[in-house]
Amino acid sequence: MNARTGLATAVCLLAAVVVMPLIIVAASVFSIDTQLWTHLLDTVFTEYVFNSLVLAGGVGLGAIVIGTYLAYIMVNYRFWGKGVLSWLLMLPLAMPAYIIAYTYTGLLDFSGPIQTALRETFGWSRNDYWFWDIRSLSGAIVMMILVLYPYVYILARSAFAEQSYSFNKVSELAGYTRLQHIKHVSLPLARPAILTGASLAMMEALADYGTVAYFGISTFSTGIFRTWFGMGSLQGAAQLSTVLCVFVLVLLVLEKHSRKDAARYQSRQAKSISPVKLPGVIGLGVFALCLIPAIFGFIIPFIQLAIWSIEYATVGDLGDFITLIQNSLSLAALGAGIIVLFAVVVSYSKRLNEQQPSKMPMKTVEQALSLGYALPGIVIAVGVLILAGWTDRQINQFTQAWFDYRPGLIISGGMMILIFAYAVRFISVALQNTETGFMRVPQKLDQAALSLSPSYKRLLGKIQIPLLSASLISATLLVFVDILKELPATLVLRPFNFNTLAVRAYELASDERLIDAALPAITIVLVGLIPVVLLTRQLNKANV
Amino acid sequence: MEVVIKKFIFASILASLLIPSVVAQEVNVYSGRQEALIKPLLDKFSERTGIEVNLVTGGSDALISRLQSEGDLSPADIIIMADAGRLVRAEQLGLTQAVTDEALIQTVPEAFKADNNHWIALTKRARPIMYRKGDVSPDAISTLAELGTDAWKNEVCIRSSSNIYNQSMTASLILLQGEEATLAWSKALVGNFARSPKGGDRDQIKAVVAGECKLAVANTYYLGGMLTSADEETRAIAEQVGVIWPDQDTTGTHINISGAAITKYAQNTDEAQALLAFMLEADSQQWYAQVNHEYPLLDGVEWSKELQSFGTFKAQDVDFEKMGAMNGEALRLMDKAGWR
Repeated sequence: MNARTGLATAVCLLAAVVVMPLIIVAASVFSIDTQLWTHLLDTVFTEYVFNSLVLAGGVGLGAIVIGTYLAYIMVNYRFWGKGVLSWLLMLPLAMPAYIIAYTYTGLLDFSGPIQTALRETFGWSRNDYWFWDIRSLSGAIVMMILVLYPYVYILARSAFAEQSYSFNKVSELAGYTRLQHIKHVSLPLARPAILTGASLAMMEALADYGTVAYFGISTFSTGIFRTWFGMGSLQGAAQLSTVLCVFVLVLLVLEKHSRKDAARYQSRQAKSISPVKLPGVIGLGVFALCLIPAIFGFIIPFIQLAIWSIEYATVGDLGDFITLIQNSLSLAALGAGIIVLFAVVVSYSKRLNEQQPSKMPMKTVEQALSLGYALPGIVIAVGVLILAGWTDRQINQFTQAWFDYRPGLIISGGMMILIFAYAVRFISVALQNTETGFMRVPQKLDQAALSLSPSYKRLLGKIQIPLLSASLISATLLVFVDILKELPATLVLRPFNFNTLAVRAYELASDERLIDAALPAITIVLVGLIPVVLLTRQLNKANV
Repeated sequence: MEVVIKKFIFASILASLLIPSVVAQEVNVYSGRQEALIKPLLDKFSERTGIEVNLVTGGSDALISRLQSEGDLSPADIIIMADAGRLVRAEQLGLTQAVTDEALIQTVPEAFKADNNHWIALTKRARPIMYRKGDVSPDAISTLAELGTDAWKNEVCIRSSSNIYNQSMTASLILLQGEEATLAWSKALVGNFARSPKGGDRDQIKAVVAGECKLAVANTYYLGGMLTSADEETRAIAEQVGVIWPDQDTTGTHINISGAAITKYAQNTDEAQALLAFMLEADSQQWYAQVNHEYPLLDGVEWSKELQSFGTFKAQDVDFEKMGAMNGEALRLMDKAGWR
């Protein structure tokens, strides 16, 4: 067994462990409760399917439009205020979707200040006017676009930035206008990155529970909760989750398919694009256009949360905040580190096995690992719980038999189980980034490097990782922020007396004490800013 | 190789033994009630008894799953749940054991514990009808059934059927009037919705005040919480709301409980029972009544000013165990009625 196959085998084994919780969930399909399914099919199932599809589709489309135009402008133009924008546009990432949903509902709802003012000013009552109902499917789509567009933006921005200047020149020579160049050259080249970002956003939308539950929309994720909690059928809930998984598989296959004929290796020898300076008024207009997503995705909700926090927080609340921040930060940092490292190894191994004939099923491994992202965190948590509980029992039986000693729970109720659950859930985010990153590194580089020194380790460390830096940074950033916001798995798997900011914010918000939840919520955002700022700086450097 | 493995195992066991095992008395709690609504009480208990309380909060069902998967290795001694159905489910899954402390059992009124003492209630919560004072006459409606009549077309606000309070309420109605009548009522109710169900109980109360609907169904402690909110606007909204206790001449208004059970594999049963006894003391009961506006389980404990302002009422007399078991049935019925 050579080093390449050895690595691939190790990756497959590790991946099998990470996918195990999903397999546990999927195993439920073998015993169908026909009565339950007849009921579901008769009543709510169509609605789940329809709403989930519209939600995911709407969010994907919206994120593509916003993320792409932002990325294109940020890479290709220089204008007043661009420096500030490059930060602001990333910030919605730190905003949990359910928090933004709560905040906007407070503003735009029938009983909120805007509609109340309208009614008072014009003397209207309930049926005299039409106002957009934020707590609707369209509302949920808008809320999620606002916080998820950065997925597309980040990936598209790197992709645009890597497009060589010579492409612009060639287009010019061919007599293309700017728009034609965008349509025929820029966009097709960036398409894999854009679609990857969109599929991440769509998966996140499918997995969301907080927002759709608050808005009263029946989707797969609310359905899973209802079936499990309401009808007490974990089996049924797991089966619904499996159907959701099938959706995602289709999504992933479509996405991969769209990339198929697009193994696009770009040479960076040529000069990168140098942004065109936009004159005053046009520059301002473009600035304003780019500011819109940041205003709605970050500034308005941030201000609202800040007002609530300042008005109602008492000094007493701050007491254990340091601990909460520490807990959240260390979990997110540790988790992001481990997960991104694993993702790099998986992608690298896959790449090596693609270059030469190989029997290792690396593609399947990668796709299987991607599934976790679209499942509601609670479903993953249950899979992880069952797996950890089983393992702990085996360990105890073993030690009992051999040493007459039971160490108790070793895996369950510890910190590593949390990291493991995050890995199951977020490995996809990291993988998508490392995958697109590797795709942009020409294969011939590998061959050249290997012919000089046949060490896969050195190839990875000396050649690939430096070239991948932008992708690694965005992978770390996304996973970090995702863990920071993660709720359901953290809630149920955490050890005794261990809280995070997300747990605190959610507990208060779920008790409908939104005002009290403002302080922990805004702290999540502020803590999330640290990596966003650090990594945006790195990203700006890497993209120059 | 084998020697190495054995050495390694031995070393790790040695290491785990060397880690100081906690000698202090402790009790481990899995709580479906959130931290803010339980931690202060637990701290008081620790202060008084010296027994350390370790806490994990989370979704009730998720915690039940955790307990289940941990099996006999679970460190949990007590589970606290904010709903009768969850307690019953934990019991049915064989995750609980009977409370044995006779004095403790005696403290709990008959209807508010399991027949086999596998769980006990800690507090009560009620789910009446609410309206805007001056907008609706307090005697314009006197039964839940009337919510489905034509008089209230497009005038009813209530949250989603995914919510456990609505599931329990519907389950209690199935027990009281049978499935057919309850389904007919649910359908009529859905026909009277002012809007598709959304938001939480507080949102329904706000909608009534804003004029989006005339009647709302909500738990009293949400209104109590709004009345004592730090936010002036919220208080101003809540002060316009009146409470109607439905079905006073017949079956009584729907109530639910929060409660606790000792886990089957609890290691610290004495401490666990001490904690339960503490939570049933008058002071603790009063704390719940004051801080979260829940109705105390014990007579003679003073209600909060807000609870008093809602008035006294006749409560449903429904077997919580049967109600809990009826939960899935209720949800199916609501699915059929189109209650989203």
